[in-house]
Amino acid sequence: MKLQARDIRLSFGAKEVLKGIDLDIPEKQIVALIGPSGCGKSTLLRCMNRMHDLVPVAKVTGDILLDGESVYGPQVDVVEVRRRIGMVFQKPNPFPKSITDNVAYGLKMNGNWSAAQIRERVEESLRGSGLWEEVKDQLDQSALSLSGGQQQRLCIARTVAVRPEVILMDEPCSALDPISTARVEELMLELKKEFTIVIVTHNMQQAQRVADKTAFMYLGEVIEYRDTASLFASPEEELTQNYLEGSFG
Amino acid sequence: MKQRNLQQLIGIGSLFLATFIVISFLGIILWDILSKGAGAVSWEFLSDVPRKGMTEGGIFPAIIGTAILTLLTALFSIPLGVAAAVYLSEYADDTWLTRLIRAAIRNLAGVPSIIYGLFGVAIFVQAMSLDTSLIASGLTLGLLTLPYIVTTSEEALRNVPQAFREGSLALGATKWQTIRSVVLPPALPGILTGSILGLSRAAGETAPILFTGVAFYLRYLPTSVYDQFMALPYHLYILSTQHHAIEQVRPLAYGTALVLISLIFLLNLVAFWLRANYRQSY
Repeated sequence: MKLQARDIRLSFGAKEVLKGIDLDIPEKQIVALIGPSGCGKSTLLRCMNRMHDLVPVAKVTGDILLDGESVYGPQVDVVEVRRRIGMVFQKPNPFPKSITDNVAYGLKMNGNWSAAQIRERVEESLRGSGLWEEVKDQLDQSALSLSGGQQQRLCIARTVAVRPEVILMDEPCSALDPISTARVEELMLELKKEFTIVIVTHNMQQAQRVADKTAFMYLGEVIEYRDTASLFASPEEELTQNYLEGSFG
Repeated sequence: MKQRNLQQLIGIGSLFLATFIVISFLGIILWDILSKGAGAVSWEFLSDVPRKGMTEGGIFPAIIGTAILTLLTALFSIPLGVAAAVYLSEYADDTWLTRLIRAAIRNLAGVPSIIYGLFGVAIFVQAMSLDTSLIASGLTLGLLTLPYIVTTSEEALRNVPQAFREGSLALGATKWQTIRSVVLPPALPGILTGSILGLSRAAGETAPILFTGVAFYLRYLPTSVYDQFMALPYHLYILSTQHHAIEQVRPLAYGTALVLISLIFLLNLVAFWLRANYRQSY
């Protein structure tokens, strides 16, 4: 298993949001987290690369294991964790810098890369995220001049450029139109060859299109976690079935 | 006409009137200074020292004094103020202590400038034995400007979207790298604008420099930061209220006022230009 959650509990002040989550994420597969708003799926995702460290009131117990090693251990460098476990956010958040600088950002922050190496990796990453042909003549222009869908693929390229092992995606298509969404989904299936991906999504069709395994979460717990096809075809839990049928959500 | 339409007309009318009154006062002040001061301003006025008991000659030492003083103030207050703002905005937790510190800094901005002047005498002139000098005045004005710079800089930093910070951290950047690379650059125009506005206020102050370094009259320029100096606002104060021949030097006073507000206008123009220029690039 590439990434494992072990009895993850999280509370914001007195409010318990995650109530003991165990989840095994296999290498080079896509795992989708689905469930109604407020069920804790984004919160769980942000536990995986310790983004909650930024929120003083968030208390996390339990552990996340990356290749069997704790991400929360006392000796662990959180910066290194985040380099190995990248994240793409709900709303595209390119930096107010040029397209090149956005993709090169993570590299420049992590070690000594020559200008030629950076240029090479930028092109590779932009090609990898299917953006190269669209932007190759405007690499020095502001990333903010791109469309929403292009911005999100740029954020994916930026994440891919530092060669993480796992990519976490927090509803990456919720701000995109259907065509851009399709392109990002295509991209995810391509990235699966090299990366392990965990995606939070509200869109059940999207989970079915891209995910190998799907976890259904409800009120801070994982109710059911199985192969996507069988989860959607024949859910074992009544709660899952009700949710998939649209009885609540 | 319906009553609510009439109410609206009266409402908008009085808002317009209020704006008009505000603008008028500004216009009157500018016109008064410009019309009475323009005649006094010449190349000689700008480049010569005051002569014959300040009834003739120029204000060159005062211009240079104010320029160096403002520079010293900036050197002291901008780095310190921005650093404090970065700490408060990016590192300090939101506790009662930091809230108290913030409130204290905001209140400092309201302390009368003469209090800073007295504080400057006690600390810089006497305790630190800097005597009455450019550096003592610069530090005093720096203190006066600090709360303003801290507050506006912190505001500018808080306006940087949290998504930039998260995006950077998620790429394996350290907090310090994040601050340097994605938080400070977008906040910079706001920080600079705030700093320059704070400085232009300091440049026009008289009370804080009165006891800490400004001289009534000097025939020479300061040669080091430990020298006394002349400054435009104090020179203006002397010419308009303390001079033995006030009527005679009135045009010179207006000329000095015109030079002072022109310099401050220039500073504000720089702030405006920096802001516009930065916006354009992204």
